[in-house]
Amino acid sequence: MKIEFQQLSRQFEDGRIVLDSINFSDEIRTLAIIGPSGGGKSTLLRILGGLLLPTSGEVFVNGSPIPQNEEQLQRYRKEIGFVFQQGGLFRHMTALENIQIPLVQVHHYSERSAKERALELLERFGLKEDSHKRPFQLSGGQQQRVAIARAIAARPRFLLLDEPTSALDPEYTTEVLDIVNELKNEGMELIIVTHEMGFARHACEKAAFLCQGRLMEYGDSHTLFTHPQTPQLEQFLGRLLEWNI
Amino acid sequence: MKKLFILGKEDRPSLPAIVCSWLLVCIFIVVFFWISLHAIQTTFDFSFIADFHIRLLKGFGMTLLLSLASFIVSLFLGVISAAGQGSRLLPIRCLCTLYVTFIRGTPLIMQIYLFFYIIGTAWGIENRFLAGVLILSIFEGAYITEILRGSLLSIDAAQLEAARAVGFTHAQTIRWVILPQLIARTLPALTGQLASIIKDSSLLSMIAVIEITQTIREITATNFRLFEGYFFLGILYLCLTLPVTLASKVLERRFRYEN
Ligand SMILES: Nc1ncnc2c1ncn2[C@@H]1O[C@H](COP(=O)(O)OP(=O)(O)O)[C@@H](O)[C@H]1O
Ligand SMILES: [Mg+2]
Repeated sequence: MKIEFQQLSRQFEDGRIVLDSINFSDEIRTLAIIGPSGGGKSTLLRILGGLLLPTSGEVFVNGSPIPQNEEQLQRYRKEIGFVFQQGGLFRHMTALENIQIPLVQVHHYSERSAKERALELLERFGLKEDSHKRPFQLSGGQQQRVAIARAIAARPRFLLLDEPTSALDPEYTTEVLDIVNELKNEGMELIIVTHEMGFARHACEKAAFLCQGRLMEYGDSHTLFTHPQTPQLEQFLGRLLEWNI
Repeated sequence: MKKLFILGKEDRPSLPAIVCSWLLVCIFIVVFFWISLHAIQTTFDFSFIADFHIRLLKGFGMTLLLSLASFIVSLFLGVISAAGQGSRLLPIRCLCTLYVTFIRGTPLIMQIYLFFYIIGTAWGIENRFLAGVLILSIFEGAYITEILRGSLLSIDAAQLEAARAVGFTHAQTIRWVILPQLIARTLPALTGQLASIIKDSSLLSMIAVIEITQTIREITATNFRLFEGYFFLGILYLCLTLPVTLASKVLERRFRYEN
């Protein structure tokens, strides 16, 4: 997909500028967004997902601008899969219902085909036994796998993931990243905000470094990690490596 | 022996222990009342139940009807006032806040006299049942407002964002996310409130609504069987409130995922 930002800015009510005139244009298949906390990564992803409007500037996806009014935004969001850091599953619905109900209500599947699709995905992600459990009965890793299943159930144009493993215990991180990688290999286009540098570097073609609301670096993920151009990225990567084994 | 009555820090009581303790408590209560009543040389005479069974049945029915009607009307008032507290019209918001503060801050019996005077005299509502339902509903509505308001405010912003992310419209978000979570969160508390309504309705005897408390008052005023009358009254209220309380507990367990 082709992503384009023109002078994209976002300011919150308290006046702080979270995204500061970001310009960008490229054809993307898999992109990792990295950067320090509070750098504006989630804000950028929410704008891309049609969940938040920019204060100024424009975003184009495959040449068409992200709409401004709620009705068109709803249509836009339907075609995108979004995975949150945590708490994104509806807590009163079972794993199955979390996938099935949006398929029926939003995408007009029949009850039966929605259920079939949901069960197919749950089985694929190793959750067959857990389809009737509610989120509180699932581990963090299982919850995120359900969330991914829900996000891809209606075959979205692309997938946005906001730190899908940050709230997880380390042993669950792999099972979630494996799924994301598998989807990537099947041709799913995705943008992932992550602190898993190994995943960003090896599983994503491109990487972007977002810091203090500015897009400081962008390029092939290998190059970005091996040849950081800015002192900020160098420092950021250095900190991450400090306790590496 | 010790094991029967004293729990260790982590122990769960065993069945025989539970039975023994209940038995002990019951014996104590019975003995206590028996001695008290013996002191004033009363003998038990529950024959009034048979003698007045039609009036008692009517009174009991009235309490039931009063409570259910008040529950429905107060739910209605509670929804309106909870919505009003979130209104963008400031005067509406003030009105609802004033309502809740005043009602929750004053005793029911004062409100009964005050509103009965206003409703009865100024609005000309002579029907005591209607007046009773209105007064009780106004009172309970304030508590229901608080229950609803509390759970509305505690709906997680992340759930609403997730609803938008999956593509729900506003109406679908209300239908599929907000309402089910609101119901799950409020239903146990609302059911508990019904138990309160049943008990509070007894105060309407003050304005001579012939519900069960008033019926007993009238009967005991003629036969002087005060202990038996009020004891029987207590049993009748328990017959209503215990199942309701039980239902509330069951609902709480059913919606456990809320916690
Ligand atoms: N709704 C909001 N209102 C005000 N400030 C916000 C809001 N959302 C995010 N911010 C602020 O914007 C900054 C960037 O947030 P975010 O995009 O979540 O960063 P990141 O995901 O990179 O950690 C943070 O300082 C945060 O406090
Ligand atoms: Mg974030």
